[in-house]
Amino acid sequence: MAVLAEASADEIAQRLAAIDSLPAHEEIRKAESGLVMVRGRIGGDGAPFNVGEVTVSRSVVRLATNEIGYGYVLGRDHAKVRLIAYCDALMQGDYCDVVERLVLGPIRNQLVQARATRAEQAAATKVEFFTLVRGDS
Amino acid sequence: MLTAAFNDPVLDAQATFRAVLGAAAQPGTIAELSRVPAAPPPLSAGAAAIALTLCDRETPLWLDSTLLSSPTTVRWLRFHTGAPIVDDAGSAAFAFVSAPEQLPPFDHFNLGTAEYPDRSTTIVLQIRSFREGPRFALTGPGIRIREQMQAAPLPGDMLQRLSANRKHFPRGVDLLFATETQMMALPRSIEVGRGD
Amino acid sequence: MYVAVKGGQRAIESAHRLLAHERRGDCSIPELSLAQISEQLALAVDRVMSEGSLYDRELAALAIKQARGDLIEAIFLLRAFRTTLPRFGPSEPINTGAMAVRRRISATFKDLPGGQILGPTFDYTHRLLDPELGSKAPIEPAHAPTESTAMPRVVDLLAGEDLIERSPEAEDGSPVGDLTQEPLTFPAKRDLRLQNLARGDEGFLLALGYSTQRGYGRNHPFAGEIRLGEIEVEFFAEEVGFAVPLGRITVTECQMINQFAGSPVEPPRFTRGYGLVFGHCERKAMAMALVDRALRASELGEEVKAPAQDQEFVLSHSDNIQSTGFVEHLKLPHYVDFQAELGLVRRMRAEFDRGPACASSRGAME
Repeated sequence: MAVLAEASADEIAQRLAAIDSLPAHEEIRKAESGLVMVRGRIGGDGAPFNVGEVTVSRSVVRLATNEIGYGYVLGRDHAKVRLIAYCDALMQGDYCDVVERLVLGPIRNQLVQARATRAEQAAATKVEFFTLVRGDS
Repeated sequence: MLTAAFNDPVLDAQATFRAVLGAAAQPGTIAELSRVPAAPPPLSAGAAAIALTLCDRETPLWLDSTLLSSPTTVRWLRFHTGAPIVDDAGSAAFAFVSAPEQLPPFDHFNLGTAEYPDRSTTIVLQIRSFREGPRFALTGPGIRIREQMQAAPLPGDMLQRLSANRKHFPRGVDLLFATETQMMALPRSIEVGRGD
Repeated sequence: MYVAVKGGQRAIESAHRLLAHERRGDCSIPELSLAQISEQLALAVDRVMSEGSLYDRELAALAIKQARGDLIEAIFLLRAFRTTLPRFGPSEPINTGAMAVRRRISATFKDLPGGQILGPTFDYTHRLLDPELGSKAPIEPAHAPTESTAMPRVVDLLAGEDLIERSPEAEDGSPVGDLTQEPLTFPAKRDLRLQNLARGDEGFLLALGYSTQRGYGRNHPFAGEIRLGEIEVEFFAEEVGFAVPLGRITVTECQMINQFAGSPVEPPRFTRGYGLVFGHCERKAMAMALVDRALRASELGEEVKAPAQDQEFVLSHSDNIQSTGFVEHLKLPHYVDFQAELGLVRRMRAEFDRGPACASSRGAME
C-alpha cells in the first residue's frame, strides 16, 4: 500500500468512514513498531552496505470474511498501519472497487499532486547556461 | 489458518521472560506461565509462549519431526517469531521437542565453544506433567542444598545424558521443560542424580 | 578503578528539576513544538537522524528538544532509543538512480542530461545574517514545468571509455557487514567502513576530508555528483513473499571522482569515493566520500601515511557517542585512582628534593 504511506491515520479513517457496512476485523499480528536497516549500494550501484535504521510499523488483520491484510509502513503510527492492513484486506474482496474509489484513488491523486508540485519547484532551480562570445574566437 | 500470538505482546512476553529467568535461577522449581497464547497443536501453549518470548530472526530453530509435520505450527512460528527453521540441530539456538522420548542425542545440538559457551542450543521439551516420571535429585548453583524434580515424558537415558552434559561444562546444552501453563529449567551447571 | 559512590540522590533529583526548568527557559516565551523543530530546524533533525543512525523525524525532533539543542546529546538519546525496538530485517538496497531529485549538481561537467538543479541551497547566499528573517511573510517558491529527461549518474558518463572504476560488486552469498551486530575488527571491509562513516561525526569527517585536500593523503578530488531527494524503501516481508514498499526517505548522495596513477597491471583511470547519508547532509556526504576514498589507499596500492588513510585511527574515533562516552566518563569519580597518583607524586617529589644521589631509586619507581 505505497499510496497510503504518506497519508495520515485520520485521513484514511475518515475516508473509510464514508463506506457503509465494512466488515469487522481482528488482529492476527498486533500493530508493532520495529526497525528496518536501510541498505545503500557502494557507488550507488554496487555491493550493498548498511546505512542506518528506519522505524517501521507492521500489522496483520483478518476480516470476518477471512481475507488477510498486511500493513507495513515507515514510522511508529500503530493506528495508521492497522488501517493500512485493513485496506489491504478489503482490496482482496468485494470492497475492492469502493475502497479504490473512495480511499486509495483520492489519496493517490493528492500524492501525485504534491509530488508534481515539489518537482516543479525543483525544476525552477535548474540552471540555464548561456555562453557569451567574447571578441573573436 | 494463521492465529494470533500473545494477547498483549509486551506484558505477556515480559511475564514469560520473568518466569524463564526465575526458573533458570532456581533450577527444579516450577514457574507459572500465566500469559500464554492459543498455540496451534502439537505445539503446547507453554512452549509457544517461550518461543514468542525468546526467539527472533537471529535464533535459528530446530523442530522435531512431529512439530515439523504440522504446516500450521511451522507457519505460526515463522510468522510470529521471524525465526529461521533449520534442519541442522547443530546450528540451532533453540530446539522445540514435542516428543521428548525421541529426542536426538545432545551432541547433535550445539554445545557452544570454549570461547563462547553461550552459543549452545537451548532445548525446550514439551512435558505432560511434573508429577509423573522418574525423580531426579538436583544440586548446584541456585539450589540451597538439594532439590527434587520429576517430569514425563522424558528420554529413557535422561540421567546418563545429563551426566555426560555436565562433563562438558562450561559447554553443553540447557533444558527448559514446559507444560501448557508451567515450566521448569535445568541449566548445564546442575548435577543430576537419582532421586528418592 | 571505579568506586561505588553513594549519596547525592536528592542532589540529582534537584539537578533534573533544574535542567527541566532551564530547558523550558522563560515561560512567557512560547514553547517549541516538535513539528516546529522538524519543519524549521530540518537540517538539525537530519543530522541527528544520520548520526543517531535512526530515521524518524519526530523522534529526532524530540531528542533535540530534550537535549536543549545539544545535537550530540540528542544523537545519544536516539541511539539509546534504537535499542528498545526489534529489528525486522534489512531493506532491499535503495536505488538512488530512481530518486525523486530535488537537488543535483556536478562540478565535473557543466552540461549533463537532466541538468544542474540547485534545489534549496545555501551555496549562493552571501552568508549575510538576516535580521528580518523572523518578520517576513512566507515566500512562495518559483515553479517551472518539469521535463521528463533522464538523469543518469555522472560517473556512468565516463564509464563508456573505461576511464573510471566501476562500483564493487556484491560477493555472492557473503553477508553484509553490520556494526550493530559485530564488533569492528581491522582490517575492515568497505561495507563496514561505509556504515561506520555514514553514522560518523560530521565535524571529525569534515576535518579529515579537509586534511586530504591539504596534502595529508592527496588524491585530487572532484565532486562528480551530489544528489538530494527522496527514495523508496522496500522490505522483503516473508509472510507475503515479496518486497513491500514502506514509504520514502530523504537521502544525500555524493560521488567523488579522484585520480589514480595506475600500476603495472592496472591502466590509469579515475577512482571514486562514495558518500550516502540520511536527510539533507551535504557536507557530511562529501566528507564521507573523501574519507572513503582515503581509506582505500592500501587497496589501491598507495602508501598509507596520512591520518585519513589510517583505518584504525579513522574508524575507531568517528563515532561521537563512543567518543563522548569515554571523554565524559572522566567526570565519574576517580577519587581512589587520584589518591594513588597524589601519593606517588609526593614520593617522587620527596626523592627529587633529596638530590641526585637518589636518582637510581627514582628510576626504579617509574
